[in-house]
Amino acid sequence: MREITYAQAIREALAEELRRDPAVFFMGEDVAAYGGAFGVSAGLLAEFGPERIRDTPISEAAIMGAAVGAAMTGLRPVVEIMFSDFVSCCFDGLCNQAAKTRYMFGGQTAMPLVVRAPAGSGTGAAGQHSQSPEAWICNVPGLKVVAPSTPHDAKGLLKAAIRDDNPVVFLEQKLLYRTKGEVPEADYTVPLGQAACRRDGRHLTVLTYGRMVARCLEAAERLAAEDGAEAEVLDLRTLVPLDREAVIASARKTGRVLIVHEACQTGGFGGELAAVVAGSDAFFYLDAPVRRLCGADTPIPYNPTLEASVVPTTDSIAAALRDLLR
Amino acid sequence: MSTQPPHTTTTDAPLPPRDTLLRMFLQMSQTRCFEETAARLFTQGKVHGTAHFCIGEEAAGIGVTAALEPQDLIYATHRGHGQSIGKGMEIRRMMAEFLGKATGVCKGKGGCMHIADLSAGNLGANGIVGAQLPIAVGAALSTRLQKLDRVVICFFGDGASNEGTFHEALNLASIWKLPVVFLCVNNQYGMSMHVGDHVNVPDLSVRAAAYGIPGWSADGNDAVAVWQAARRAREIARTQGPCLLVANTYRIMGHSKSDNNAYRDKAVIEQWKARCPIKRLRAWLLERGLASEQELDALSARARHDIDDALAFAEASPDPEPAAAFTDVYA
Repeated sequence: MREITYAQAIREALAEELRRDPAVFFMGEDVAAYGGAFGVSAGLLAEFGPERIRDTPISEAAIMGAAVGAAMTGLRPVVEIMFSDFVSCCFDGLCNQAAKTRYMFGGQTAMPLVVRAPAGSGTGAAGQHSQSPEAWICNVPGLKVVAPSTPHDAKGLLKAAIRDDNPVVFLEQKLLYRTKGEVPEADYTVPLGQAACRRDGRHLTVLTYGRMVARCLEAAERLAAEDGAEAEVLDLRTLVPLDREAVIASARKTGRVLIVHEACQTGGFGGELAAVVAGSDAFFYLDAPVRRLCGADTPIPYNPTLEASVVPTTDSIAAALRDLLR
Repeated sequence: MSTQPPHTTTTDAPLPPRDTLLRMFLQMSQTRCFEETAARLFTQGKVHGTAHFCIGEEAAGIGVTAALEPQDLIYATHRGHGQSIGKGMEIRRMMAEFLGKATGVCKGKGGCMHIADLSAGNLGANGIVGAQLPIAVGAALSTRLQKLDRVVICFFGDGASNEGTFHEALNLASIWKLPVVFLCVNNQYGMSMHVGDHVNVPDLSVRAAAYGIPGWSADGNDAVAVWQAARRAREIARTQGPCLLVANTYRIMGHSKSDNNAYRDKAVIEQWKARCPIKRLRAWLLERGLASEQELDALSARARHDIDDALAFAEASPDPEPAAAFTDVYA
């Protein structure tokens, strides 16, 4: 099968959905002629024109609010928030409007909109352009949250998100944009709410998502080679809705659980995962306390050595796995 | 207050047809009656929650909605009962929503701060001051992309004009030349703060100049003047792009049920009560021979009856089933 990058996969998903459904349009800052800050939407303007590929002013609250208004009146907007950190500039539109309107109005409207937002550290962009804000968002009922780890999933999940009648926050992983993987040319979707088992194992379970998946797989391979222990790596793909069954089944199977995410630990999504495991009958199968390995509770620092030190690495993941086996 | 005198009823512009005028009188009377009834329910301890009343502001809502076409959309404010009645919402289901009943227009899950009726073209009231402005821009963008002959009216208050969303929304609508009327109901208070203290311009409509769009003010207690201004605003929005219309009025009641008006002079409230927009429309209709005392009395009585009927309907309606708390979170 042909291989394309994560960024190309996202562009392809957008283009295919724009072709398939005239109600879909795309707007954001510098997304048209410039092609998006990360080049994801390059070329879309030429094919779809300025009515459907819209540059907006630097006005995140207006972008988000306009998406809500368009979604309530027959369109399916996809918006790009240039860096996921900037959702703070449109938090009301996302969390009070997009998320709650359907409920507050007694189900009178659907809210089919997608917020694409690049997340994560590793680019030297420091504290306001490097965050992993999923925990802020997962706490709001009414929103769905997706964090794809492969080009295949990026395309299939984005297409599913655009077809979904709910607001979906699609957290793209900046450092994955240039990674390549097999992506079908045919039309396909990856359903929201289904985890993927990336590595089968019987000794312990790793629950992770986004760019940490690759590091967890590397660490698992190292563990297998050096310690002879087999870690199962579960890529959650979607945080809301969460594939609880897959999480619980894997925890029951292995009895040892490590949770890995790049976002800060305190109040992070890992706490929710730990509670899902501990609150299920998987608890009775546990041979060790559930363990989290998360980003430090600091802003992301600028200096590259410092930056790398505050998020999980293959080394720190491998060490945590070994710890868990003791 | 204004650098230019606000628009008052003029013979230079068309007047509302007689049936429109009578409907305005009826709907303004229904609104007044709805608010007084709702306020009484609070006093009687029959309502759980809160409400924001538009007594004294009826012309600023219904003068606008009466000037619209059926396909037009409105986005209401949290003080939006008049705007909603004017847009043709079923009053029974509004009252039921206020009482939190299953028959409410939002199934009892929104309350009167979130009254919405998409089937009537009411995109809803918002509990976040100023949040509706960009949403209305999105509805106007939708109108453009779907090539519809429709205008979106975005109601908001003087307080909301200080939110960042005001700037972002007016700017976005102006560069895209979208069919949206930004309709500021200047009732002079953002909760307890007077507009003279929270804004450094004497006339809110001058803010339109910052976006290169038309902006002007109307006497918001003159229903006919508001209608004329709203017709003009609708036409501008439909053919040229956004505009800002400010209806200057006064909030007679406190901000919400718990407000004792400690921050303002009671004598001023009494002065504004004397400028009642319903009495003013009544006098205008009689003066011009457009309606008789008997006709207007009958409309007032009908308004009373409609609200009594709505209240009876709401009181007889069941509460939502417990399971309703868990539906409509996702589509």
